Amino acid sequence: MNVKQHAEAAEEFIRDEARTDWHDETLWFVRDKRDIAVNKLPEWEILRDWASRIKDHTLSNLDHYLKSFEEKAVSNGIIVHWATDAEDHNRIIHKIIADNKIDKIVKSKSMLTEECHLNEYLQSKGIKILDSDLGEYIVQLREETPSHIVLPAIHLKRQDVSETFHEHLNTEKGNYDPQYLAGAARHHLRERFIEADLAITGVNFAIAESGSFVVCTNEGNADMGVHAANIHIACMGIEKLIPKTDHLGVFLRLLARSATGQPITTYSSHFNKPRPGQQMHMVIVDNGRSRQLGRPDFRNSLKCIRCAACFNTCPVYRKSGGHSYHSAVAGPIGSILNPNLDMKANSDLPFASTLCGSCSNVCPVKIDIHQQLWKWRQIIVANGNVEKGKKVGMQGMAWVLSNPQVYRISGKIGRWVMRTFPFMLSNRLNAWYKQREMPRAPEKSFRDWFIENK
Amino acid sequence: MIMSSRETILKAVAMNKPDLTDLPDMDLSMTIQYADCKQQFVDMVEASGGKAFYQNSRQDLLNDLAEVKAEGKFMINLLENPHTEEWKNLKAFELEGLDTCYLRAELGVAESGAMWISEKQMSNRLIPFICQHLVIVLNQADIVNNMHQAYQQIDAAAEGFGVFIAGPSKTADIEQNLVIGAHGARSMRVYLIDNEM
Amino acid sequence: MKVGLFIPCYIDQFYPDVAIATYQLLKKLGCEVSYPMDQTCCGQPMANSGFSNLTKGCDVNFVKNFRGFEYIVAPSGSCVLHIKEHLKEGADPSDLQKIRESVYELSEFLVDILKVTRLEASFPHKVGMHVSCHGQRGLHLSSMSELVAPEFSKAEQLLNMVEGLELLKPVRVDECCGFGGAFCVFEEAVSVKMGKDRIKEHLVNDVEFITAGDTSCLMHLEGILNRQGSSVKTIHLAEILNKVL
Repeated sequence: MNVKQHAEAAEEFIRDEARTDWHDETLWFVRDKRDIAVNKLPEWEILRDWASRIKDHTLSNLDHYLKSFEEKAVSNGIIVHWATDAEDHNRIIHKIIADNKIDKIVKSKSMLTEECHLNEYLQSKGIKILDSDLGEYIVQLREETPSHIVLPAIHLKRQDVSETFHEHLNTEKGNYDPQYLAGAARHHLRERFIEADLAITGVNFAIAESGSFVVCTNEGNADMGVHAANIHIACMGIEKLIPKTDHLGVFLRLLARSATGQPITTYSSHFNKPRPGQQMHMVIVDNGRSRQLGRPDFRNSLKCIRCAACFNTCPVYRKSGGHSYHSAVAGPIGSILNPNLDMKANSDLPFASTLCGSCSNVCPVKIDIHQQLWKWRQIIVANGNVEKGKKVGMQGMAWVLSNPQVYRISGKIGRWVMRTFPFMLSNRLNAWYKQREMPRAPEKSFRDWFIENK
Repeated sequence: MIMSSRETILKAVAMNKPDLTDLPDMDLSMTIQYADCKQQFVDMVEASGGKAFYQNSRQDLLNDLAEVKAEGKFMINLLENPHTEEWKNLKAFELEGLDTCYLRAELGVAESGAMWISEKQMSNRLIPFICQHLVIVLNQADIVNNMHQAYQQIDAAAEGFGVFIAGPSKTADIEQNLVIGAHGARSMRVYLIDNEM
Repeated sequence: MKVGLFIPCYIDQFYPDVAIATYQLLKKLGCEVSYPMDQTCCGQPMANSGFSNLTKGCDVNFVKNFRGFEYIVAPSGSCVLHIKEHLKEGADPSDLQKIRESVYELSEFLVDILKVTRLEASFPHKVGMHVSCHGQRGLHLSSMSELVAPEFSKAEQLLNMVEGLELLKPVRVDECCGFGGAFCVFEEAVSVKMGKDRIKEHLVNDVEFITAGDTSCLMHLEGILNRQGSSVKTIHLAEILNKVL
């Protein structure tokens, strides 16, 4: 299947410049809210350091913590499953649904289930899942994918939502009021929560010492689903573990501030045991994470707590939109996680960046995102996942630039051509020239001047 | 021999994990302390879309209970006897019409206005989420500065379930417009009392 | 102070005035400035495109030209950062270490080494400050808006010594201009959009000039400004600091 690469998708996105500006400003607004929130804590940089080191330590002892978590969880009555990959994860969930003859299913936000394409898999088995997070509910109705891991419908304007709700929920045509629209969603989803037999959630943090897990939402949709349903399935990647309950103090203080600028989400639900009579399942998923763990340059990316602060600060993301990244997890973090899942399909992503470094600075767990982007580029090129033309061009450039004589002569000739035959570069074939004038080509290089004037 | 998924994963993790590094030494005295914890808490409750009562709270709470009762709507009061069996086994469709519930919180966090409500305070896990209006009673003396102190005081794993609640439910998923009242409670009132009522 | 002048390839070829200003400024401030005649390029364009395996020739040539200098100074944050982080081939490994430790971007050299407190410079114009990313986040030439930390800027410190200059900052003080090396042509649409957005914020401040510590940013912004027919000009930090009435 021919998936548009980032550059092409981005160009299409930017063609509607007014809408690009709106998208960019909306996400910058979230970055701004984050800045205001973090500046209220003088200890913010210390918190980041603690979180980073807690995660470093956890990854360095991950097998131990996974076993510890499982032991405790099982003793508390949670049924623990292990899935090596997406297919395994989907099959496990399908089996639980089929074994219990489940009909009505709700799901709160889980990027892991997006990564595993759970909805499509179950659909192919004739099973429908309802996404209950408002943003995900909207994109589900529109048969789109989320464009942001925290704000799934950030690419949509209220008019888009209004049209969709009018079509599917029979809301008033032309009523764009967010209050009205959210109210309609509340009304429709409430029934679905009440009648759901099974609820699927993600996991924000899993605590090794107690076998517990925490789910954070603002809407209350995760809780409305799981406390009503007879079966709760929680899905998590192996990297979601933290050693102790006390560590939640660090992570809960960092998460919402980084994500939306709130000091904490409305609900931080701590699950220890199923309620009496309820089945609670935990699916622990690898899907390439253990492989990433084995890459010294990239294992750091597993510290991610999915806050999307990197998305909000990234000018490339803001001005090209999440769909340009053709992945469940877009943005800067997606660009260092996705090549591990499929290098060929995602070889464009590490290049969708100017390496400005803003992402690394906002990351609450201090992932060196921009350094990893650079390192992925080396690997992708070494693996041959780059256009032949680019490779030849680079080889040519390397030869010229390592040879002082050749460099000087090429420079002189190049500048002469630019002055004498400007149309040779000032034309449609030159990507630079599309929207920018070429720099002036001086008669003398600095070296020439230096010889004459020193 | 085919390994189970569990064995495959644990083996891969054991093989690929980096050298052991230490946990950080967390000096909690470096974390924020407020000059006026109660005021900070009240400000954050209001900022999160809730309403806080702390002047004449005892009387205000009694009035609140009386008014809601007089309206005749379905209400659940768990302030006196949270262990009651009355609501414990109710299903979702039976609780759907719940208008207002009154719960106690064990602890409040000044930095965010969040309050810890453990399972033993709520009788049925659905109650704090399915109600239209959430009313929480908190002892002023149980307000701490920040989340680190909160976790030091509560035992988050003591019961089957517990939740930090910080305000009524909300969403900004439509064009970053804040809408109060998503799927959980549409409003939240907090009564700060100064000793056991 | 004995200084080896490191002039990035595209400045040598297209913006010699920046190099001239840097040379003259360093001399004015009392440095003994040598210009290694066979220098070419630091290798960044290849390395940032994933071809760091092709930079051996550049590395070897760089070391040949710059070994033995106590200080190496360049009017470019990104090139200096590249040398510090990615210089890896040379005849002698101890050369590499020494070079990485001795290489400075111009503003950090003036502020941290020469400890300049006053300048005989004058530039009575409204100037927009553009913060070049690699220098800022890589070399810590200024504070970063994302961090909770005290504000500072070596470039601003120096510009504040210039008589008559009115320095104006855009709302998003350190958003990237979009040049990004090969990114500027391979992701042309995003690159130009980013540049246009930076310019828009400067135009709001009614500036006559936009300045930065990196000519790559300025070259990209200038290309857009000229296409827009704007009267706003770009000028490198070194050129301003070297300007006398």
